Amino acid sequence: MNDDLRDLYQEVILDHGRFPRNFRHPVDANRQAEGSNPLCGDRIRVLLTVDADDVIQDAAFQGRGCAVSMASASLMTEVLRGKSVGQAKALSDGVQVLATTGGNTQIPFGFEADMDRLSVLSSVRDYPARVKCATLAWHTMLAALAGQLQTSME
Amino acid sequence: MVIGRNETPAPYDVERIRADFPALGQTMRGRPLVYLDTAASAQKPHTVIEAEAGVYRSDYANIHRGLYQLSERTSAHYEEARETVRRFINARGHHEIVFTRSTTEAINLVAASYGRRFLVPGDEIILSELEHHSNILPWQQLQEDGGIVIKRMPVGDDGALELDSFLDLLGPRTRLVAVAHVSNVLGTVLPVAEIIHRAHAAGAKVLVDGAQGVVHMPVDVQALDCDFYAFSGHKLYGPTGIGVLYGKEELLDAMPPYQRGGGMIRSVSFEGSCWAPLSAKFEAGTPAIAQAIGLAAAIDYVQSVGLENVARHECELLGYATRRLSDLPGFRMIGTAPCKAGVISFTLDHAHPHDIAQVLDRAGIAIRAGHHCAQPLMERMGLAATARISFGLYNTGDEVDALVAALETVWEMFGK
Repeated sequence: MNDDLRDLYQEVILDHGRFPRNFRHPVDANRQAEGSNPLCGDRIRVLLTVDADDVIQDAAFQGRGCAVSMASASLMTEVLRGKSVGQAKALSDGVQVLATTGGNTQIPFGFEADMDRLSVLSSVRDYPARVKCATLAWHTMLAALAGQLQTSME
Repeated sequence: MVIGRNETPAPYDVERIRADFPALGQTMRGRPLVYLDTAASAQKPHTVIEAEAGVYRSDYANIHRGLYQLSERTSAHYEEARETVRRFINARGHHEIVFTRSTTEAINLVAASYGRRFLVPGDEIILSELEHHSNILPWQQLQEDGGIVIKRMPVGDDGALELDSFLDLLGPRTRLVAVAHVSNVLGTVLPVAEIIHRAHAAGAKVLVDGAQGVVHMPVDVQALDCDFYAFSGHKLYGPTGIGVLYGKEELLDAMPPYQRGGGMIRSVSFEGSCWAPLSAKFEAGTPAIAQAIGLAAAIDYVQSVGLENVARHECELLGYATRRLSDLPGFRMIGTAPCKAGVISFTLDHAHPHDIAQVLDRAGIAIRAGHHCAQPLMERMGLAATARISFGLYNTGDEVDALVAALETVWEMFGK
């Protein structure tokens, strides 16, 4: 494979794309939303368990999509656990910037390691058509937190 | 695909044909471009590019208006283009050929003009499940605005039309059947002659969406006896922005104008206006003059190669690609109807269509991935998306080999 392809499909993306983590429906999930990217036909459901203190105790997803959208969703569920709702939104902002410019935003204190882990998603910045693949799960997560049931990447 | 078997085919010189298409000579990401997306839009031969440029260079003025030589010359070329289209599909008269912007506009024209004038609430239109959105949405508007009932002609798991179900759907309220000649997703060639025959017997009119039809096989609208036939220039190796609506004269005559404006009137007063005769009645405003002349050049080009020869060449490529691709692990062809044109939709167990297209792009290979503007068909097939390759008259067996090699890379990346 040539190197620039390897840049988009890094091992982490391929691994999470093939073996998505937290690919399940938690019985105690209390926030959920469905997100779709009509252009690709990608569709995922994000399921969150948020406690009384607004802390995400569990994050999971289901659905299908390309390697990038599956990997992004998988990484997201790993990173979100234990975060407050506010922190989740800040991380989502960070991913949006990563995916569109490759740069870093103001990272909430203490989450450098998380952003570092998510930095593989910056590889889509050179592929305008794929940015929505990387951000679908995050938009859907925000919709779930906002109490919307559906969101679309149109 | 109908191919004459009693003639000895001249050898098909694909390299000579490729030399006519300047865009095919370029490299993409360091590799020769392999263009396998002709069903989306075809590349253009020199003659088309030159014809269009030539209009602007020396033969351009507005048409049917000027009392000077340049305008008369441009008008003559524009009408000659109409005559070229008439001969191409063997329409009875040149006034049965209406230039539109695209297939989409041609279908919208029929829906808006014929549909609104002649269909009443409760009337039925039959569409097939494999239609492109542009042959669904204009009719859906009649359903929303005019109480027209849409009935769905089912396709089988192999992507072939279920003709028996169609016959069951035909009833006393069926007014129109609108159906693709060839599926843009699956390549299925529909039995339009049979559909037209049966629809007429039931008193219904038939519109054929020929966007993928005229590019793959000779079409004779009189032999088919279709009431309307629509196609685009850009899929036929011609310019964008030009399409054709063929309609039987008595139908077009009875239909009201689609758009109103300059060029389509006999007389205008504030008390009322009279329309120009066909085809001008349906060509309001300054038309796509250079594009119509470019389309005629494209038709001349395709006919110089011979559509029978194109059909035979694409059929060979289809057979070769089908054999080679079927050996790939996890390969599943979507659409295996017995009668197919040069289109292959597929999925791989291990990779999403978008990932497939992305990896192929890195190998200089252009394909389409997605729902191909046919979401009802995707739903019928239980898929969100497919990868699609489509052949044009310039594709080669070597390009199929390059495709297979690149798909092996996809397997190495995502499947191993």
